[in-house]
Amino acid sequence: MIVRAAPATQALSAVSHRVLPSATAASRLPATPSSTRQQTRSLATVQDAPKKTHGSLKDQDRIFQNLYGHHGADLKSAMKYGDWYKTKEIILKGHDWIIGEIKASGLRGRGGAGFPSGMKWSFMNFKDWDKDTKPRYLVVNADEGEPGTCKDREIMRKDPHKLIEGCLVAGRAMNCSAAYIYIRGEFYHEATVLQRAIQEAYQAGLIGKNACGSGYDFDVYIHRGMGAYVCGEETSLIESLEGKPGKPRLKPPFPAAVGLFGCPSTVANVETIAVAPTIARRGADWFNSFGRERNSGTKLFCISGHVNNPCTVEEEMSIPLRELIDKHCGGVIGGWDNLKAVIPGGSSTPILPKNVCDDVLMDFDALKDAQSGLGTAAVIVMDKSTDVVRAITRLSKFYHHESCGQCTPCREGSKWTHQIMERFEQGKAREREIDMLQELTKQVEGHSICALGEAFAWPLQGLIRHFRPEMEARVRDYAQKRGGEALAGGWEHDSFKKGYLVSPGQ
Amino acid sequence: MASTLRCLRWHGAVRALRAPIPFQRRTFISSTRLGSDALQVHRDSPENNPSVPFKFSAQNEKVIEEILARYPSQYKKAAVMPLLDLGQRQHGFTSISVMNEVARMLEMPPMRVYEVATFYTMYNRSPVGKYHVQCCTTTPCQLRDSDGIMKAIEDHLGIHHGQTTDDGLFTFTEVECLGACANAPMVQINDDYYEDLTPETTKSLLTALKNAATKTGAEMPKPGPLSGRDTCENAKGLTNLTGEPWGNETLRTDGAL
Repeated sequence: MIVRAAPATQALSAVSHRVLPSATAASRLPATPSSTRQQTRSLATVQDAPKKTHGSLKDQDRIFQNLYGHHGADLKSAMKYGDWYKTKEIILKGHDWIIGEIKASGLRGRGGAGFPSGMKWSFMNFKDWDKDTKPRYLVVNADEGEPGTCKDREIMRKDPHKLIEGCLVAGRAMNCSAAYIYIRGEFYHEATVLQRAIQEAYQAGLIGKNACGSGYDFDVYIHRGMGAYVCGEETSLIESLEGKPGKPRLKPPFPAAVGLFGCPSTVANVETIAVAPTIARRGADWFNSFGRERNSGTKLFCISGHVNNPCTVEEEMSIPLRELIDKHCGGVIGGWDNLKAVIPGGSSTPILPKNVCDDVLMDFDALKDAQSGLGTAAVIVMDKSTDVVRAITRLSKFYHHESCGQCTPCREGSKWTHQIMERFEQGKAREREIDMLQELTKQVEGHSICALGEAFAWPLQGLIRHFRPEMEARVRDYAQKRGGEALAGGWEHDSFKKGYLVSPGQ
Repeated sequence: MASTLRCLRWHGAVRALRAPIPFQRRTFISSTRLGSDALQVHRDSPENNPSVPFKFSAQNEKVIEEILARYPSQYKKAAVMPLLDLGQRQHGFTSISVMNEVARMLEMPPMRVYEVATFYTMYNRSPVGKYHVQCCTTTPCQLRDSDGIMKAIEDHLGIHHGQTTDDGLFTFTEVECLGACANAPMVQINDDYYEDLTPETTKSLLTALKNAATKTGAEMPKPGPLSGRDTCENAKGLTNLTGEPWGNETLRTDGAL
């Protein structure tokens, strides 16, 4: 912008001293001989930041030390390895301090969406929240149902005290009066371990009335689900907790305003809650030093499928996918060149072909740029022997089974896509149906109350994006074997001759 | 539009002239009998009808008191899911009389209980065998050959999924992801997870379960991975968490605590 008048506050005498900017810069430079002048940086260039690699997390920076059952899940061993240490001091710091730490640590929700946790928690402390007499709830989402994901189970059965302490710290940050942990029903033993840990914590005075001697009352309860994937969605989880079928609610009102039992509540993933006390103890800077900017921290990765040794492992965010698989899982079966595709973040994230997997980083932003997502960091590896169409068909069946049936696009769309995919698996389809399938998924996406609509649309879109030739080849194979391309709906090409009633124009 | 119609009529005429059309067949599509997790209606049967009496045992009454204490007193109905589960554990399956009893205890309309019982897949609304074998076949398990496990179970028990063996010991169902994907393939038998299966270990597992039910002194097989690894670590040796674990000494250095 051009400034027309000289600033009024500036004395006229100062104007006379003004010189051209370039001259100023030149005069500031030290008088150096011309031989060294080439080494000085010109003002226009910015030195490249040193290239940082991610992924060699050391054991002393791993939060979940008991991931492989090194010690018991009881209170005594948990305290020996750092849990419940100075919890009272953390609580007494107050909600602003805790939320500030979480914000500074850059923790993003570990349940799939990757929303910044500090910001989410701060929504609970809205204006005049303290004048409200209603109870306030923290709901922990332990309804881990996403195919490929098996991290929360390990936390609950081996490090339950991290979760309980996390409930207390996060609950204090949001000024909650109680926490409900919603565990999926199949995890019966995990619920037992967690219940025992809760009782231990009550007996030790760590939770309950005057938790940790801080003067703050906080209860932790367990609620077991009964087998419904859709209850992993936050409003559906709340419905289920209220004793109704788990069908998602329309938002707004968001749960932070009207949630569980009509009171302000926040739903958060187990891993998010379980890392909070360690962040508060070891400092936000420590947590933020891992991973790329905006994708900080450590993360539990569950690697399943065609790797030599599938495992669950805690690693730094932004670790390259290839390094993750080679270092911790003994590589892909048959070597890296035998890789066909990877689903990087649980079943609802789009599949990635090998050429993308070669150098993709495992964090929220890098995978989003690769048209997929980090999700729950459940890596499903497929080698060259995989029938990728069948693998995605099985996911379609999963979503068909798990759609709650509330919104028409999802209820009907999941069934249709499953039927179409079943035909594609055998090649009993026409090539143009690939585009129909693509359009169908686009019609569902964004037109359902919860994200299950997207969840079943994305894997199909990923398949079409990267493996369309394979689908086409299958259709051609079928046509060659049967002497003609199938009619729409999967009818044989000569159905009419056999006397079947096939609608005209097909 | 008119041209389209004419075109259709022309096609019809050609079709009529075409010699001889055998006969128009329509295929019958009969729906298969659905298992307990899919059937959404109740049909009275000798073992499952409203006149079968059901009462919670005295021990379970105490558990119910504890359960009810978890929820706000005006939201008693939040306890419907744990109570139905408790009823299922006591009665063997979630019969209509279990649902009615839960509705009475929680002062809910029975229909609201039926809604819940039909929505969630873990309520068995028809009787199941002593061992409910649930085999996961979702993609991560499928990639590790859950087909082989399905076949092994079918061969060994002689039943297909959704059926119960004649001796009433085993019910076999195919289920969606059970959340133990790093330990795939796996089955859940009642409350226990048996992981890292092969067709051979599956068969020996089923034999061991049968022995535990029929022979005295035979023990239940231990749940967990059957391949020899402990939990979810790398089977060829630890790649991390090998050093000395840290404790309280790692506190932040800025003195905030």
